[in-house]
Amino acid sequence: MPSIALLEKMSSGVRKDVLDLICRTKGPHIGPCYSCVDLLVGLYFGGMRIDPRKPASPDRDRFIFSKGHASPALYAVLNRRGFISDKDLAGFAVNGGTFQQHPDICVKKGIEVSTGSLGHGLPVGAGMAYALRKDKNPAHVFVLISDGELDEGSTWEAVLFAGHHKLDNLVLIVDYNRMHAMGPSKETLDLDPLADKFRAFKWSVRSIDGHSSRDIGSTLRSLPFRKNTPSVVLADTVKGKGVSFMENSLHWHYACPCPEERAQACQEIGERRK
Amino acid sequence: MRKAFYDRLAGLAASDKNLYFLTANLGYKFFDDIRAKCPGQFLDVGVAEQNMIGLAAGMSLCGKSVFCYSIIPFLTMRACEQVRMDVCYHNLPVKLVGMGAGFTYGQEGFSHFGIEDMAVMRAIPNMCVIAPDTIENAVRVAELSVNFPGPLYIRLGRAGVHSPDRKATIRAIGKASVLRKGSDCTLIAIGNMVPVACAAADILSASGIKAGVVNMHTLKPLDTTFIRTSARSGRPIFTLEEHSIIGGLGSAVAETLAESGFKGRFMRIGIPEKLDGTIGDADYLCAHYGLSPDKTARRILKALRK
Repeated sequence: MPSIALLEKMSSGVRKDVLDLICRTKGPHIGPCYSCVDLLVGLYFGGMRIDPRKPASPDRDRFIFSKGHASPALYAVLNRRGFISDKDLAGFAVNGGTFQQHPDICVKKGIEVSTGSLGHGLPVGAGMAYALRKDKNPAHVFVLISDGELDEGSTWEAVLFAGHHKLDNLVLIVDYNRMHAMGPSKETLDLDPLADKFRAFKWSVRSIDGHSSRDIGSTLRSLPFRKNTPSVVLADTVKGKGVSFMENSLHWHYACPCPEERAQACQEIGERRK
Repeated sequence: MRKAFYDRLAGLAASDKNLYFLTANLGYKFFDDIRAKCPGQFLDVGVAEQNMIGLAAGMSLCGKSVFCYSIIPFLTMRACEQVRMDVCYHNLPVKLVGMGAGFTYGQEGFSHFGIEDMAVMRAIPNMCVIAPDTIENAVRVAELSVNFPGPLYIRLGRAGVHSPDRKATIRAIGKASVLRKGSDCTLIAIGNMVPVACAAADILSASGIKAGVVNMHTLKPLDTTFIRTSARSGRPIFTLEEHSIIGGLGSAVAETLAESGFKGRFMRIGIPEKLDGTIGDADYLCAHYGLSPDKTARRILKALRK
């Protein structure tokens, strides 16, 4: 199990990688990337039972990155975990390259499910969890969604299903940054009280600081939270976390840093790293 | 038709523990055999079509072969984007079994009509589309579908229709079945309209017209070899489908004919783009929109005499 210091250092490194990827491709979504970096690092370094040398192992844990628009964060973590090479990473969002803006199963390399359309991840994850349990396979299925995906009816269909069928091998992680694509979640569609909603659907709930490597690690080590119950982690996060001028700013859902902003972001991420 | 289809699958499921049968809370009694023989392989997900398709994709990614059942519009359009993304983009062996081709649900009304589904499903990459016309052919499709390697949409229609001699005429997915030969024109039909085409051919023969009848059960991949061969004969070609004339069999055949340089007479017989609000059972609606054997024969005759 990596130390907390190492995980934090890893998160800073990933934030730097994401900055490089987004600046190089002049792409969007740096804010949504930064809100889930610490969760991804926690999952891929200690949280999930996975092995890049055996990516098709039948009893590997499955991961679905349902908020596919934040793919640079996923690719950077997969790279550091050994699923994809530096060369692969260099092919992100370039014509004829390796990875597009949304994760694609066709490229394999640790990507289990193609995503990009919101609200698809949990139903697919519930299907995996159902099938794995039928096979008495010990693997867990982890699904990471944005809070905006909780607007989708399909997500709640699967929430209802998983609670009813007691899928305790299913783990939903909500990147709860409280910022939709057009404004604060509170103003767009208020999701609170969110924990109560999940409890009412027969899930066990933990609310954690989604940027605390310690909290993330201890939470992922205590799965399932309750036997015969699916687990949901409501991870309190900040869109744009780690760069002061990006934090909680809708602008950084879309914008790409200019050279000056990039330098400042780089410096702030570096300082956190120390 | 669907009872026979699922009873056949029940027999196959008993020896294949990886076969699963999902329904979105529809098909009362049709799954009785499966539930009795292999209850662990049946799953009613509730009235939640989008979730059903997502679940099927997830199960399939873990090695299961999954059949999903619902009424056509709910299956193919309510959950269309899940079909496109979760099933077809991943090219998974998930079978969509849609009930109620065309006006099959008659008095249930527009919400239950399956009249745009073939156009929608045909357009999705990796999806194959097949529509059996009779009980025997539905059973045959059940057998052919079990080991089909990719996404397959199975469009079921009218109940209680048997093949002549009660023998299946479908041999393979993607291979048209010639039901009768005719030197004056060719009727290419799918699903519910196959028996209508045969009946129309009988009526036409009384007027001295020898019409060939082909069961083009597989809309995709379309048997273009057959269509090109028909085109070369130069004989008039009619397509018959209980589906909108937009995007279904007629469109698919027209695409191939246009690219093969066919210069002969061609006509799509199907449901008009716009319905007029008439209510009735399936036969009544088919007759109203010109799809009964009589009216079909009359339309063909009129076209041939032009």
